[in-house]
Amino acid sequence: MTTLEQTETTGEGHEVRRRDFINIAAVSFAGVGAVAVVLPLINQMNPSADVRALASIEVDISKIAPGQAIKTLWRKQPVFIRNLTPKEIAEAEAVPLSELRDPETLEQRTTAGKKNWLITLGVCTHLGCVPLGAGEGENRGPFGGYFCPCHGSAYDTAARIRKGPAPKNLQVPEHSFKSDTVVQIG
Amino acid sequence: MSFPWANHYAPKHPLMRWLDEKLPLPRLVYNAVGAGYPVPRNLNYMWNFGVLAGAALVIQIITGIVMAMHYAANAGVAFDSIEHTMRDVNAGWAMRYAHANGASMFFIVVYLHIFRGLYYGSYKAPREMVWLLGVVIFLLMMATAFMGYVLPWGQMSFWGAQVITGFFSAIPVIGEPIREWLLGGFAPDNAALNRFFSLHYLLPFVIAGVIVLHIWALHIPGSSNPTGVEVKGPQDTVPFHPYYTAKDGFGLGVFLIVFSLLMFFAPNALGHPDNYIPANPLSTPAHIVPEWYFWPFYAILRAFTFNFLWIPAKLWGVLAMFGAIALLFFLPWIDRSPVRSARYRPMYKWFFWVLVLDVFILGLCGMKPPEGIWVLLGQLAAIYYFAHFLVILPIVSAIERPLPLPMSITESVLGEEPATSGQPA
Repeated sequence: MTTLEQTETTGEGHEVRRRDFINIAAVSFAGVGAVAVVLPLINQMNPSADVRALASIEVDISKIAPGQAIKTLWRKQPVFIRNLTPKEIAEAEAVPLSELRDPETLEQRTTAGKKNWLITLGVCTHLGCVPLGAGEGENRGPFGGYFCPCHGSAYDTAARIRKGPAPKNLQVPEHSFKSDTVVQIG
Repeated sequence: MSFPWANHYAPKHPLMRWLDEKLPLPRLVYNAVGAGYPVPRNLNYMWNFGVLAGAALVIQIITGIVMAMHYAANAGVAFDSIEHTMRDVNAGWAMRYAHANGASMFFIVVYLHIFRGLYYGSYKAPREMVWLLGVVIFLLMMATAFMGYVLPWGQMSFWGAQVITGFFSAIPVIGEPIREWLLGGFAPDNAALNRFFSLHYLLPFVIAGVIVLHIWALHIPGSSNPTGVEVKGPQDTVPFHPYYTAKDGFGLGVFLIVFSLLMFFAPNALGHPDNYIPANPLSTPAHIVPEWYFWPFYAILRAFTFNFLWIPAKLWGVLAMFGAIALLFFLPWIDRSPVRSARYRPMYKWFFWVLVLDVFILGLCGMKPPEGIWVLLGQLAAIYYFAHFLVILPIVSAIERPLPLPMSITESVLGEEPATSGQPA
């Protein structure tokens, strides 16, 4: 492989040969090309435009009476929208943060001035089951919020984890109130 | 499997030595496409197309797997899933255009590969098996390409499926039951679409398997070369790596540039607009033709416009079309000339180029609607195609006086005074 180049490397032995330069340039260029090909091949598996187009929804909450909750679907995942009663709000606020595994106040988990509207994902932070407690007559667990039947995680009235294997509070999705009766999630 | 002077695989790193004892895969690669495979030193760029066909298959498999991630093989949603891929999937348009035009690029390089073999007599002993396996690959490619073209479930897809499966109905008595069995119905529908998808996914891997056999069979006698003179000694060969990896690498670069031009600047140039209309069993497109790589065979299919002997025109057409390919299986025994390369065959060289022209004319006739002059021209070209193999080749190989062959590959490269400057391997 080196024999052809002997004439060009007269003098010192460590000189950069023309062939070395061409070699490195060609392989680098092919490498850049390969990366340029691989990127779209990877990117095609990301959520497509039609999936991303469903990334935000608007929900009418005018029919939800205090104490009631509804389930809706956002990004193919269940979302709980709950109209807390004053009692439930008081219960949530009475808990000292030091007792919580994932310390967050009800204020931090709700919109200012809309403290009664608790909006969370219905996805248990343990292994992804849908907790009970949003439907009428469902088991709300020992803390009056949500109860996951899979592995027994119990959430309080602010949907914070209180007992069981789940590490985090039920996630609060990004949301904003379009009006008093319409909330946009996502 | 190789010449006695081939470089021997001798791993230096302990890890590679360990691996070599357990699973000698690097050794296999080294002996197949590395420095351990001595190749004639005089290969020209026509010898690039085997590697390019392999590269095209890899591109088809990768982009095809991506397409299958977004495709739904159901007659109700197949068309929409393709449009979804084109419009919504990230870079989905690039994946589909790469796959569709990749098929065309695959056929371009394979046709060049085949005609290279015809020109330089690569099909002759001791490489008959290489040629036979190549024809098998070609047949598998045609089946795969056809079934892939059906999957978008557009108008051309549907009517292509209707026409191609209609070939089988030409077989007397059992033809119609065979067609219904193939389609899983009386006309192309969901059952046919699903099985075509399944087979379209399977066959490329079968092709890859036959390619392994093709290369295996090739490496027993070693590669042919433009003189057709066999390798006589170490001075006639160079190691595959780095000499032909570099040459093939350059060819691959050119191939990819052409592919990119086609894919990015004229992605629909080789397709049919009608295939962007969803399949409609109640309306045939006015002008229905297959993809360009089938045109010559399509022209042969249509050449029989009349019943002949007791056999109806429809059956003749199908027999002729399959016969045109089946004939290639017998080529190593039809051409009896002991000289391989057309360089030294003054008569064969001419007939080779006439055959190339004839295939182009057949292609043109296959593309044009079956009216007027194109019918007669197609018939004449089809007759000539068969005459080339069945009449001209036997006669030429019997009466031709070949030009004097060089004593060796090295002599043909360096002139009359060989041997002094053999490549140190």
